[in-house]
Amino acid sequence: MQPTLFSSIHLTVSQLTFRIRKLLEGDLEMQDVWVEGEISNLSRPNSGHIYFTLKDKNASLRCMMWKPDAARLRVNLQDGMAVEAHGRITVYEPQGQYQLAVNLIQPKGEGALYQEFLRLKAMLEAEGLFDLDRKRPIPELPRKIGIVTSQTGAALRDMLNTLRRRLPLAQVVLAPSPVQGMDAPPALVNALAAINKHNPDVILLARGGGSIEDLWAFNDERVVRAVADSKAPVICGVGHETDFTLCDFAADLRAPTPTAAAELATQTTIQDLQDILASCSSRISSLTLNLLAEQKASASALAARLKYVSPDRRIQSEYQHLDELSRRAFSALTHRIQLQASTMEGISKRLQSLNPEGVLSRGYAIITRKEDGMVISKVAQARGEMKVRVSDGEFAAIVNRE
Amino acid sequence: MAKSKSLTKPVEELSYEEALAELEGIVESLEDGQSQLEDAMNLFERGQALVTHCSALLESAQLKVQKLAGESLSAFEEESE
Repeated sequence: MQPTLFSSIHLTVSQLTFRIRKLLEGDLEMQDVWVEGEISNLSRPNSGHIYFTLKDKNASLRCMMWKPDAARLRVNLQDGMAVEAHGRITVYEPQGQYQLAVNLIQPKGEGALYQEFLRLKAMLEAEGLFDLDRKRPIPELPRKIGIVTSQTGAALRDMLNTLRRRLPLAQVVLAPSPVQGMDAPPALVNALAAINKHNPDVILLARGGGSIEDLWAFNDERVVRAVADSKAPVICGVGHETDFTLCDFAADLRAPTPTAAAELATQTTIQDLQDILASCSSRISSLTLNLLAEQKASASALAARLKYVSPDRRIQSEYQHLDELSRRAFSALTHRIQLQASTMEGISKRLQSLNPEGVLSRGYAIITRKEDGMVISKVAQARGEMKVRVSDGEFAAIVNRE
Repeated sequence: MAKSKSLTKPVEELSYEEALAELEGIVESLEDGQSQLEDAMNLFERGQALVTHCSALLESAQLKVQKLAGESLSAFEEESE
């Protein structure tokens, strides 16, 4: 084709690129598109953005992922990986390139699985399988813990270590089962049924992390129904924090990981039990001590009352009475004795005054007849020799009647 | 007393749960304060024995892991690393 000198369209590069950009970015379908291909030329510079090329047999597409979207990426991108990328077509004008600005990447096939997941979830939800009022409480102190998981995985080791550390008192019954692949769903269903026959207090249904295909057995309708039908409450710990399976919804409790499932099954740990024991021990000690103290207090209160009513008190008052009587008796006696003494004195004085010797000392004399010793009291009686007695002796006298 | 039946069972023969339940019963009996002094002292002694027994059970507890094969249980040997 010959160039036309006077063509109606005559643009600068910028103008043309801008037109192309408007064309592509104005197409709504191009702004919300899933593209399937294989990753190559993967590059993760320090900026945090991710650059790669998606290609298939015949074509390639430049792709980039902005840092915020890249940070949310949960698949580990690698060259050669088959993926489905979602984003919008943009044009980078300086380079004259169109590219897919990716905001979501999932492994190829996941989209279809996810659709199936949503369909099954809606159906089972409508049946009421996930209803909250179906959830049974998890026993706080399980005696027997059932585990349904792979016998060889790290999940089992993690759970047993956790249980050993937190509640070595427990008994574990393990029902091994493959946890991925075609055989996994019926095997998991059988394991759940078998373990329920041993009446565990709680069942841990677990699996370590993996791709969504790896975890798919836990979205199998048969397994989900078996979880919902389990006699013992089920704690489901499948994959990592971000993985949700339908078993998680059907279980009585969802744990983010197998280790967390083992932790949730042992809400009361051996440490708690030891604390409970210690507090029981100190409570019975203090209660008994209190009781003893109370008994002692009421005993001594009784003793005080007893003392108040005791005969001791009466005896004491009797003693006092006796003392009083004795004192009174003594003083009465003393009085009487004094009285007697002064009476005696009076008598004695009177006796004294009657003593004839006393009269002699006042100049009187006692005269007796010598012949017959008669005391002379009349003149007629006096004759012959007389004896005259005065205070200090006697002398002879002769009566002279002339 | 409600606990008289289990009081006759030697402490050593009690499982952890039985012992703990009895211990809690003893604490309650002591708490309501209705016991005769002699009963209270007996409860206290029994309680102390239960505490010792439970502690020993906790100290010596080892996780028992059994594997289900068909209908039967057998000891599960963990792979050593």
